[in-house]
Amino acid sequence: MMSLLYSLLTATVLLITPFSKKTDTVTALTNTRIVTVTQGTIENGTVLIQDGTIIQMGTDIDIPEDARVIDLEGLSIYPGMIDSGTQMGLVEVGSLPETRDASELGDLSPQMKALTAVNPNGVAIPVTRVSGVTTVLTVPSGGMLPGQAALINLHGYTPQQMFAGFEGVVLRFPATGRRGRFDSRSEEDIKKAADEAMKKLNDTWDSAELHHRIDSTYQSRPEDGRRQEYVPSMEALRDVIRGEQTLIIHVNTSKDILAAIEWVQTRGIERVLFSGLAEGWRVADKIAEAGIPCLVGPVLSIPTRQSDRFDKAYKNAGLMHAAGVKIALRSDDTANVRNLPYHAGFAAAYGLPPEEALRAVTINPAEFFGVDDRLGSLEVGKEATFFVADGDPFETTTTIHHVFIAGYEIPMESRHTQLYEEFLQRTPGLHKHNQD
Amino acid sequence: MKPKIIFFIVLLSVALNSAAQEIPTGDILVRNATVLTITDGTLENSDVLIQDGIIAAVGKQLSAPQDVSVIDATGMYVMPGIIDAHSHIGISNVNESSAPVTAQVSVGDVLNPYSIAIYRALAGGVTSSHVMHGSANVIGGQNETIKHRWGLLDPDELRMAGAPRTIKFALGENPTRVHGRGNNKRPASRMGVEYVLRETFAKAERYREAWAQYEEDIKTNPRAIPPAYNSQLEIMVDILNGDIMIHCHSYRADEILMLLGVLEDFGIDQITLQHVNEGFKIAPELAEFGATASVFADWWGYKFEVYYSTAYNAAILTRNGVLTSINSDSGELNRHLYHEAAKSQKYGDLTDDEALALITINPAIQLGIGDRIGSIEVGKEGDLAIFDRHPLSVYAINQKTVVDGIVYFDIEKDADDMRLIVNPESTVDTTVLHSHENTHQCLYEGSLDLYDFLESN
Repeated sequence: MMSLLYSLLTATVLLITPFSKKTDTVTALTNTRIVTVTQGTIENGTVLIQDGTIIQMGTDIDIPEDARVIDLEGLSIYPGMIDSGTQMGLVEVGSLPETRDASELGDLSPQMKALTAVNPNGVAIPVTRVSGVTTVLTVPSGGMLPGQAALINLHGYTPQQMFAGFEGVVLRFPATGRRGRFDSRSEEDIKKAADEAMKKLNDTWDSAELHHRIDSTYQSRPEDGRRQEYVPSMEALRDVIRGEQTLIIHVNTSKDILAAIEWVQTRGIERVLFSGLAEGWRVADKIAEAGIPCLVGPVLSIPTRQSDRFDKAYKNAGLMHAAGVKIALRSDDTANVRNLPYHAGFAAAYGLPPEEALRAVTINPAEFFGVDDRLGSLEVGKEATFFVADGDPFETTTTIHHVFIAGYEIPMESRHTQLYEEFLQRTPGLHKHNQD
Repeated sequence: MKPKIIFFIVLLSVALNSAAQEIPTGDILVRNATVLTITDGTLENSDVLIQDGIIAAVGKQLSAPQDVSVIDATGMYVMPGIIDAHSHIGISNVNESSAPVTAQVSVGDVLNPYSIAIYRALAGGVTSSHVMHGSANVIGGQNETIKHRWGLLDPDELRMAGAPRTIKFALGENPTRVHGRGNNKRPASRMGVEYVLRETFAKAERYREAWAQYEEDIKTNPRAIPPAYNSQLEIMVDILNGDIMIHCHSYRADEILMLLGVLEDFGIDQITLQHVNEGFKIAPELAEFGATASVFADWWGYKFEVYYSTAYNAAILTRNGVLTSINSDSGELNRHLYHEAAKSQKYGDLTDDEALALITINPAIQLGIGDRIGSIEVGKEGDLAIFDRHPLSVYAINQKTVVDGIVYFDIEKDADDMRLIVNPESTVDTTVLHSHENTHQCLYEGSLDLYDFLESN
């Protein structure tokens, strides 16, 4: 009953999300190498898009007479890259609290929705999308249960237009690692804090399970009982307990990863993603066994322990993949989410098969977030969200020539390109107007 | 000259020589590589011979002198050791943030040869770092140019002997936050920053005059009284006299123009601007002054003074004739400066040589050591990085790093644990998560609140 209601609600949300372009003109991208990701690579092909959707794709395609034709002259089309962990739209200037909307007060606020605070006019959004990153998970970050992350496309005038069809409750799993070099707590204090956090998490979850049972009883026979007290945080967790909402568990240290696996299994949580996984390689076989998909990154980071080889962070994704873990990559950044392809490139340089690195920023996250019917690869019927490049998108010599998001052709401009245009040859140059 | 004095001079020179000779050097022949000389083009299938730590020959099919170890670099790319013009690795403290002017302190006094960050930098092909004081103070401490001789345990053996002295200055948000808002002490604004600079330089001028007057007086008056010794003003006088190079943390165009004005008024014609995110706005002015710039490849947006940034900064500066380098300011970024330099091809289409110069010869010139390192030329020091692919490719992995003709990093002999010292009191090797190393290290100890804030959120 409840899940039916939930499905209806979800469907409504999707219906009012205006993904389609309100024009029926066909756009034909011709003479292009189509890197579909899921169905191989098509040389010298054509992609037809209409109403924001890929309607035809292949080498023998009839182009309608009134179609707008873009001859790509041999350039390659890739599905838009997806970053599985950012604060895009939530944080404008890192050091200014007035411009940060990523965290609420308190430890337990799973009902907070990141999508609410996404600023569609964030300056980093155009900076990011012109590099081929079209879709990002934007993640709240304060306390143990900071709220719900949202998958957004990097185009739209309202958060709802940007919404790409996935939200998940974030849990920052009690951590036994140090927060940084200057975290000077004693080992006892760290353990004590982690134990206390674990107790708090379990108490919270006990309450949420109780809340779910009472609510289920009431929903099944509302005439027999009284509705329980309104507790919004419990309602948010109830959806996770019922398997209707994904729980994204942020966890890094190997010991914590094992504890999180055990916790997930004990609690019987159905829809789970792990995020972070700095030490995933240490316990990769255990993660693979548990079958939990992982949002790994940042790749470009230093090893977690002084005793680790210099390149362990770069190798992490490759080692996890080799052990059979399903992975997507994340930059864990905001201003420089545009570097996602370089995180993927480094993972590939250090052992992740290149085709898997590409999957880790396209189809894999799309599947994890349950949006692979629309995003993550180039297939007929999927959203026209892709970019056009003149080479390997992970190389810095490659230029991105076009970006389409849900059929909209994105202007290849951002603050960074605009300042370049203005200042490469500044006018006036050295002297003032009246001295020229 | 009296015999006694000669004796002391001889003794002193022996002592200095033996100190200099303590630094080990090696002999190596790198065979059959693509040699990226930076200053003299790219040489295919060529060799580089290093003898006694100095590049002795570059060319095809060089004959190997006896006892020279040979590295077969067929299919590989040899470039000069990478130089990081802005780093905080290998030191135990970064900021002496107790006052807005601390010219008398030096990070060279707190070098830590055990810091694993030195080894990790080596692994990324970096052979020299300009280890800097932090940015808490308008006039911070003196910096130290080091070579990454991993495994030598005397801090003095990390120093690059003979490298010019440099000092850290800082404008804008950091000093105004730490002192103005943090301690209710000037500067609290960019006006105050200029005032601190001018006041300090003016005092140094007076101090220099007073000593000059005393040197004059003492010739005729044995009872002349010397001015009171001031360790801080001694350093400031060295700056005025051009004996110390200034490296100034700065972001906004207006504050940089202010600095150039102050320097001009005090007769200082040398300046390297660090970070300088808005340098692109005043590239013609920087070029005219002869200022050089050491920038991030793409960092921006983390605070207001870097909000109006462009990743095309290095390209705009280079095209306007400003000598530019790309630095790390980070224990993570410094491991892939070759990749940071490669971004200048995405953002502004620099040529391969121009991109690589950003992390080799250009930072060397900014540190006053362009005649010793930064390119592969006969007579220069034998510092090399050997990559399996062209170093501007994202897939390139550094295979060997050579300093003074000695291989200090070899990926084939790289053990998991390369620590030189293990804390016996630690029960386990502690896990440190995405830490400050991944972000800007300028503010260590100066004001951690910002980073604690960022980290905890």
